[in-house]
Amino acid sequence: MTVLSSSVNTKDATFIANQQAMQDVVNDLYEKAEQIKQGGGAKYQERHLARGKLLPRQRIDKLLDSGSPFLEIGQFAAWDCYEDYVPAAGVVAGIGRVAGVQCMIVANDATVKGGTYYPLTVKKHLRAQEIAERCRLPCIYLVDSGGANLPRQDEVFPDRDHFGRIFFNQANMSAKGIPQVAVVMGLCTAGGAYVPAMADESIIVKEQGTIFLAGPPLVKAATGEEVSAEELGGADVHTRISGVADHFAQNDEHALALARRSIARLNYQPAAPLPQHDFVEPRYSADEIYGIVGTDLRKPYDVREVIARIVDGSDFDEFKQNYGATLVTGFATIHGYPVGIVANNGILFSESAQKGAHFIELCAQRKIPLVFLQNITGFMVGKKYEAEGIAKHGAKMVAAVSCAQVPKFTILIGGSYGAGNYGMCGRAYDPTLMFMWPNARISVMGGEQAAGVMAQVTKDNLARSGQTMTAAQEQELKQPIIETYEKQGHPYYASARLWDDGIIDPAQTRTVLALSLAAANNAPIADTKFGVFRM
Amino acid sequence: MLRKLLIANRGEIACRIIRTARSMGIRTVAVYSDADRHAQHVHMADESIYLGPAPSAESYLVIDKIIAAAKLSGADAIHPGYGFLSENEDFADACASNQLIFVGPPTSAIAAMGSKSAAKAIMSEAGVPLVPGYHGSEQGLELLQEEAQKIGFPVLLKAAYGGGGKGMRVVESANQFAEALSSAKREAQAAFGNDKMLIEKFIGNPRHVEIQVFCDEHGNAVYLAERDCSVQRRHQKVIEEAPAPSISSSTRIAMGEAAVRAAQAIDYVGAGTVEFLLDTDNKFYFMEMNTRLQVEHPVTEMVTGQDLVAWQLLVAGGAPLPLSQDQIQITGHSFEARIYAEDPDHEFLPSTGTLHVLKPPSTNAYVRIDSGVVEGDEVSSYYDPMIAKLVVWGEDRAIALGRLIQALNDYQIAGVRTNIDFLRKIAGHQKFAQADLTTRFIEKYHTELFPNNDALIKPYAIMATLAEMVDLKTASAPANPWTSQQSFRLNQPSQFALALRYADDLLHIELTATATGWQATDDSDHWLVEKIADKYYFTQNGRRFSAHIMRSNQDILVMTERACLPFTRHLIADTLQQEVAAGNLTAPMNGTVVQVMVAPGDSVEAEQALIIMEAMKMEYTIRAPQAGVVEQVFYQAGDLVSDGAELLSLADSE
Repeated sequence: MTVLSSSVNTKDATFIANQQAMQDVVNDLYEKAEQIKQGGGAKYQERHLARGKLLPRQRIDKLLDSGSPFLEIGQFAAWDCYEDYVPAAGVVAGIGRVAGVQCMIVANDATVKGGTYYPLTVKKHLRAQEIAERCRLPCIYLVDSGGANLPRQDEVFPDRDHFGRIFFNQANMSAKGIPQVAVVMGLCTAGGAYVPAMADESIIVKEQGTIFLAGPPLVKAATGEEVSAEELGGADVHTRISGVADHFAQNDEHALALARRSIARLNYQPAAPLPQHDFVEPRYSADEIYGIVGTDLRKPYDVREVIARIVDGSDFDEFKQNYGATLVTGFATIHGYPVGIVANNGILFSESAQKGAHFIELCAQRKIPLVFLQNITGFMVGKKYEAEGIAKHGAKMVAAVSCAQVPKFTILIGGSYGAGNYGMCGRAYDPTLMFMWPNARISVMGGEQAAGVMAQVTKDNLARSGQTMTAAQEQELKQPIIETYEKQGHPYYASARLWDDGIIDPAQTRTVLALSLAAANNAPIADTKFGVFRM
Repeated sequence: MLRKLLIANRGEIACRIIRTARSMGIRTVAVYSDADRHAQHVHMADESIYLGPAPSAESYLVIDKIIAAAKLSGADAIHPGYGFLSENEDFADACASNQLIFVGPPTSAIAAMGSKSAAKAIMSEAGVPLVPGYHGSEQGLELLQEEAQKIGFPVLLKAAYGGGGKGMRVVESANQFAEALSSAKREAQAAFGNDKMLIEKFIGNPRHVEIQVFCDEHGNAVYLAERDCSVQRRHQKVIEEAPAPSISSSTRIAMGEAAVRAAQAIDYVGAGTVEFLLDTDNKFYFMEMNTRLQVEHPVTEMVTGQDLVAWQLLVAGGAPLPLSQDQIQITGHSFEARIYAEDPDHEFLPSTGTLHVLKPPSTNAYVRIDSGVVEGDEVSSYYDPMIAKLVVWGEDRAIALGRLIQALNDYQIAGVRTNIDFLRKIAGHQKFAQADLTTRFIEKYHTELFPNNDALIKPYAIMATLAEMVDLKTASAPANPWTSQQSFRLNQPSQFALALRYADDLLHIELTATATGWQATDDSDHWLVEKIADKYYFTQNGRRFSAHIMRSNQDILVMTERACLPFTRHLIADTLQQEVAAGNLTAPMNGTVVQVMVAPGDSVEAEQALIIMEAMKMEYTIRAPQAGVVEQVFYQAGDLVSDGAELLSLADSE
C-alpha cells in the first residue's frame, strides 16, 4: 500500500478562488436539480395529487427501503432541448434498494406533458434498461404515461432505438433472468400497454391504472362502442377477467407495497459477494477537490490530489509511475471494491497511451473494474509524434478500452476532447456508467482551437485570392464558433442529450462510484478477449 | 423452623418470597399454570409443580391442587402471597387439616376480617374508630338504598369479601344507586364468589394511611410504622410511601396502638395491615384489616431495615417476633411506584403483549425493583398486569422523591403500554412534592397529570425519525454502499423520511441534511442525533439532552424527562393486511364476554351498552358507536375473545 500525501494548501489564494468558482457551478447544479425535482410544476403536481395519486419521486421514495440511496440517472435529460419544458425528460430513473435488492426504477412523470415519450424520454428509458441489463438489476416500471408524443412520432416510433426497443429489452432481460415488474398507476395506452403485458409480474391500481391498446375515444370512433376507461381496461378487468395484470391494488401505496413484496420474493442474488475486507475513508476531505480543480480547464493540477480524495485511505498503488507520466494508472479500492484507475495528468503521448493499454489489459485479466478520470485535451501532435506512431499507440489504448469486459466507469473531471475521449472511455466505449463534473467540457476539440482552425482555413482561402483578414474580422469569425463550442460542450447541454448518465457534484464522486461499483457487482464479469493490437 | 415452603402464588411476590426463603435456607416450591410455564418464579424455585390451565380459577385458585402440590413436593408450609388464596379461610383450613403450616393468620382471624361488616362490629367493640355505615347482612335493594339515604350521599359501596378495589363504587346520588349496586355485585361475585355489599359514608379528600402490624403466637404484637397510600386510582394504590408525611407523632402512636388493638381483638398472628382513613382534621377511621402481606410492604422494609417475609416465615415457624416495639426504628423515607401494563390515556385499560423492551434502572442501596418478569416475557390477560414495583429510599422525603423520578426516567418498557409516564407526572407534581395528599389526588389534578401533548408531537416525531435514521446507519453493512450511504440523493442534500402514526394522526416527517445537522420540512429547529451505548442524545437548537427510544415491532416510544409519546411506524406494507372495518365493535383486549345485552334484530341507540366484557377482573362496556340495528352477535356470555375480534355487527338503521 502507498498512501498519497497531499501538498494542497487550503489557505492559498488560488485554492480559495478555485473553491469559490467550483462552489458557484455546484450551487447552480443543485438549484437546477431542485427545479427538476419539482417535475411539471406546482399546478400539475397539485392536480395529480388531487386525483389521489402520488408524485413519481414520492412513489420512488416509498418503493425504496427506508434510508436507501437513489442513484438517479439522466437527471438533466431533455434540459433546455425542446420548446416544451420537459424536466428529466418526463421520466425519473435510477438505481435504488428495494427489499434489499438493487433495482432499476423507471417512473413516468404524468405532471410533465402527461408523461408522454419525447425522443429523449425514449433514449433515457432505453439507457436505464441498458444499465439494468449490464448490471443485472431487476427493473420496476412505474407506469403513468400517455404513450408516444404524437407530434414527434417520427422521432420516437420507427427506428431501432425507439419505442419498440423498450419491449424488446423487457423480453430479452426476462430471458436472461432479470426480473421485470410493472406497476400501472395511471394511463398505459397503446404501445405503453405492452410494458405491463411484457412484464414478468404486473400490478394495477384501482380507478387509476388503465391498460388498453385503444382508449374509449378511439374505440368509439372505430366501432361505435361506448365504454368507460375503467370498464375497458381498469384494474378489475385486468386482474379478474383479462389477466393482463396480476395484482389488484387499492391505491398507490398498496401498489408499491405489492411491488416491494414481489421483489422480496424474487430469490435474487448478486453475482459476486460483497468485499470482505474493511476500508477507511480517504485521508483528505472530498470538499477540497473544489479548491484543487477549480473551473479553469487550462490550469494544471496533479490528478493524484483528486485520487487521494476518492479512494479508500488515499491508498493508491501506482503502476508504471515513471513511464508515460501524463497518464496516471494504479490500483486502489473504493468502499472496499477493488478498482483500477486511469487518470489524465496532461496530454497523451505514445508512452502514456501504451501504458494505458497495458494497465487496462491488467485489469481485464484480473477482473478489476476500471475508473477513468478524464481530463484530456487530446494526443500530442506534430511531426515527431506522428513519426513515432502516436496514432497506433493511441489505437492500442482505444482497442484495449473497447474490448475490456470489466465494468468501466468514466468521470469527466475536466476537458474531454478529441481522441482523448476515446482512449479514456468516452460514451462510445460503453462505460457501465458515465458522469460529468459541472466544470467539465466535452467537444471534438476546444472552442479556441476550433475557432483557430476555422480562422486558419479562411485565411488560407483568402490568401489564394490575395486577400487578407483584419484582426477584427478574425475575431468576428472566431467568436461565434467559440460561443457555440462553449454552449455545446457544457455539461447541461451534454447531459440533456444523454451523452452521459448525469452531472455530479465533485464532492459526491466517491459515493457515486461506490454505488456504481456495488450495482455492477450484481453481474458476473466476463472474460475479455482482445483483438489485434497494432504493434 | 420451616424446611420447605410452597409459594401458592406467581409473579413478583412469588419471586420476592423465594428470595427470602432461600436466604434463610428454606427449600422453595413454585406452582404454575400453562401461562407461567417459563415464568421467573418457576425458574427461581428449587422445584415447581404444574397446576393446570391459565385461568386462575383453574389453577392458582384451586385449593385441592395447591394442597396436592404441597403434599407431592413434601413442603411443610405454604405462603399464599397476596391476592389469590391469601385471605381465603377455606384454604387456611385446608392447610391446617393437611398438617401444612399456612404462612398467615389463623382461620378465625381471616374469617373475622374477611367479612367487612363483621370486622367493623369487632373493631367497634375494641374501641377502634369507624366510619358511619351499614354493615348488615340484609341485602335487598330497597333496604340498601334506604340505608344509603340514612348515611347520606355520597356513599361508598364495597364488596363485603373483597379487596383491591374490586366490587367497589362511589355513588354520588340516589338515582345512580341501583345501577352501581348491580355492577358492583357482579364484579364482587366474579372476583370473590360472594356479592354481599356494605355501605359507608364517603369521606371527601381523605388520606389512606395504613399500619403494618405483626403478631406472634406468644402474644407479642408490634406496629412497623405506617404507609401513606393516598394516591389511588379507582381504589387501586398507585404510589405508596413510608412514613406518612406530616403526621404528628401523637397521631402516629394513636394509629399504631389502635392497629395493634385491632389485631389483638382477633388473636392475630403474622403480618397484617390495618387500613385507616385519615381526614383533614387528623381524625382516623378504621377501614379494614388485610390479613396478608401487602403489595406495598417494601416501603416499610426500606425504612425499618427489616425483611417482613423473613418475619412471616419466622413467626410461622413458631418463633417470637425478632424485635420489640421500642427496637423498631424508622430511618429516612421510601416510595413505591407500581409499574403497570396499562394505558393511562385510555382509561387505564390493561395492556397485554410481549415485553420486547424491559430495561429497569440499575438497582443499588437506594433503588430496589421487585419484579416477576424479564425482557421477552408476556403480560397475559389472565392475571394482574403489574410488571414491577419500583422502590426507592432516601435520607428524607425530598431525596427519596428525586430518586424515584430519576429511576422512573430510566425505566424503559416497550411492547405493552405502561403507566410510567403517568407515575412521573404524579411524582413530579408540585402538590405531591408538598405532600398535599388525598385519595382524590388523581381526580383533583387530572388536567396536569394528563397534559395536552399536542405541541410535543412534532419534535418527538422528529426524534423518533432521527433515532430510526441513526439506527439504520449503525445496522448497515459497511461494505455495501447501498446500505451505508444512507439516503443519498444525487445533487441534493440527503433526506430521510418516516411516516408515523400518533393516535389517529398520520405524520410524515421528512428530514433534510443541512450544513450542521438536520431540519424537518416546515420546521425551523436544527437537530443533531448521536447514539452512545443505547442512549440517544439529541441536540435541538444547541440544547443537548438524552432520551430513551424504545421499539417493539412497529411501535416507537420516545421518552424524555418531560414526556413519553408513543408512535407507530406507518409502513406501506400495512396496506397488504386487509383492514377489519369493524369500528368500535371489536374487543378492546383479550378477555371474556360477561353479558350480551342485545340480540339480532334489536334497534339500538348511539352509546347504548351492547356487550360487557371482563378482562383482568375489570369490566368494559362495548357501546354502540351510532344508532343502528344489530345484525349478528358473534359471541355469547362466557366466551373468550381475543383483542380486536369483532364482537357483533351493526347495520345502519333506515
